[in-house]
Amino acid sequence: MMEDFNSETDSDYTSYWRDWFVSSRGNEYFCEIDEDYLTDRFNLTGLNTEVPYYQYALDLVTDVFDLDADDDLREQIEKSARHLYGLVHARYIVTTRGLAKMLDKYKKCDFGKCPRVMCDGHPLLPMGQADLPNMSTVKLYCPKCEDIYNPKSSRHASIDGAYFGTSFHSILFQVYPALNPEKSMRRFEPRIYGFKVHAAAALARWQDGQREDLGYRLSEFDISHRFVEESESDEDAYDYGEEPAPAKTEKVAGDAASGRMDLGN
Amino acid sequence: MSSSEGAPESWIASFCSLMGHEFFAEVSEDFIEDDFNLTGLQSQVPMYKEALEMILDVEPEEDEEEEEEEEEEEEEDEDEVLGDERPLGYRRAGDRRHARVASDLSVIESSAELLYGLIHQRYITSRPGIQQMLEKYEMQHFGVCPRVNCNGCKVLPVGRSDTPGQETVKLFCPGCMDIYTPPNSRFHSVDGAFFGTTFGCLFFMTFPDLSIRPRLDNSSLSSLSRSTSQPANRSPAAQGPKRTPTPEHQPVEINGVHTLNFCPGLGRDKIYDPRIYGFKVAEVSRVGPRMKWLRSKPTDMYDLDETTIYEKTFNPNTVNAEKGDRDGDTEMKPEQSQDVLIANRKKAPMRRRRQQNDQQPASDKMTSGVGVGAGVAWHGMAWRGVVWHDILKLKALNL
Repeated sequence: MMEDFNSETDSDYTSYWRDWFVSSRGNEYFCEIDEDYLTDRFNLTGLNTEVPYYQYALDLVTDVFDLDADDDLREQIEKSARHLYGLVHARYIVTTRGLAKMLDKYKKCDFGKCPRVMCDGHPLLPMGQADLPNMSTVKLYCPKCEDIYNPKSSRHASIDGAYFGTSFHSILFQVYPALNPEKSMRRFEPRIYGFKVHAAAALARWQDGQREDLGYRLSEFDISHRFVEESESDEDAYDYGEEPAPAKTEKVAGDAASGRMDLGN
Repeated sequence: MSSSEGAPESWIASFCSLMGHEFFAEVSEDFIEDDFNLTGLQSQVPMYKEALEMILDVEPEEDEEEEEEEEEEEEEDEDEVLGDERPLGYRRAGDRRHARVASDLSVIESSAELLYGLIHQRYITSRPGIQQMLEKYEMQHFGVCPRVNCNGCKVLPVGRSDTPGQETVKLFCPGCMDIYTPPNSRFHSVDGAFFGTTFGCLFFMTFPDLSIRPRLDNSSLSSLSRSTSQPANRSPAAQGPKRTPTPEHQPVEINGVHTLNFCPGLGRDKIYDPRIYGFKVAEVSRVGPRMKWLRSKPTDMYDLDETTIYEKTFNPNTVNAEKGDRDGDTEMKPEQSQDVLIANRKKAPMRRRRQQNDQQPASDKMTSGVGVGAGVAWHGMAWRGVVWHDILKLKALNL
């Protein structure tokens, strides 16, 4: 099924402009938009006010452009066409076919790998921080650590984030929940001559508390969520809900319970 | 940083100017010539003597045969000591020692690189070395954090292991306390052990006043000076951008780190919040956000003052009676208790430990300024365990 989407030969003639655009350097993040998606006016609602030379740009993208324009105008239209393609792209990649295409690219690591060491080079997904153009450039979302990173190559750093949109990666995993990677609780522990650093370790303990908190919130909805690896050092491995150090806990549970409540959270 | 124009470039200078070696500092020859600094390296590096000579650009004076004998002896000793721990590449180098040909030079060269790396690991934790790395850091030689919410915080090269041949160099971001792979692939062949595990944190502890906030978002922050000697006596009111309602009276310093310099890339405003068409993705959704804890930080920094929390919780009486002026009692204003905390940190930790050992062994360790104590881990967990236990009980009652 997914293979069908790859073969772009469903139209009678080869789509030169889109072929060229998608394969040109710096546009590796884009997937090719189907001809029929582009020609359906409904999908382009509102874009005519956003893009200058809208009609010419659309003609160029769909390869029916035959205006005898001078270089200057041609340049302008070319620019508009790229902008238009990007804006349609943001809409296209949240459709079923678009998602499948992007998923393919995700699996091939076309968007790069997570720079975070603990993510072990998990594939990334492109995203924008705004849905309006010219607000911010494209960022990369790592589904493993659920954080966003700047693309490492400068040629990608100039792509508008609105060409991918804020919702795409979330929708992708809503549609393909099985592909959501297992989350890990591995973390980097700063050490000096083998000793943990107190400030960092205290924060890590606090963060672990937040994670346990999350576990409890989820368990109220009967969701059991497991993080794959235990944390690296055994003394900090604290499995919530199962063995909360019974002996030590019982001993002090009786007194000053109210005081502890304020402190915990 | 020393560019020797005219004179032939030293081995160290040329090594550091090689492609991919941009992270290295130039180890001073004084440091290498001090045998104490090289303790133990002889057993880790094959052809140690030749390698050292190469690094120092010393011409071997003795005639070939003598040297060779000497060298063989050394290596045999080495084999006994090391056993199987030697990485394969180096073993091969050792085996070939009987048939010395021109290829020897390349073996020595690789030995020299290994030796230089190991010396470098030690050098950058020494006073001149860390100073040199500070210069490189400030000139952003190591790059910036790729994480969007770190706003281009400058990073430091670190290793994940102190043993060579295990992992390549990583970049430590003080803004999010995490490590990243260098973006440029030419660093993917640099050994992380040449920087070591200690350097990253030691650097920021050596320069506690070094502002690690990126230039992009430090509009309200010119107060943080870079002089390392200046004591931290600024009033909390003058500090900090008040973006969101932050609890008042935040400590100037928490757990030995300036609050302002403590993970500026983490916290409420710095966590990515996935949205679909503007609506947040629910936590209880099957694929909802589950990793926010990793990038979180308490809004109230006193949540990290585990000692005070511990004492307030478990022995409020002791706090009042025995050491009233030390960590502050439960009613004390945060500012006051903070002053006391800082004053206490200035005392020599060892002396204090001896004095108060019987009363609070664990908590005492925690207040001692630098706080590189691993022993504290159990007790933070213990109180959290208790709190959770109580919450569970209460929840059970409510239901």
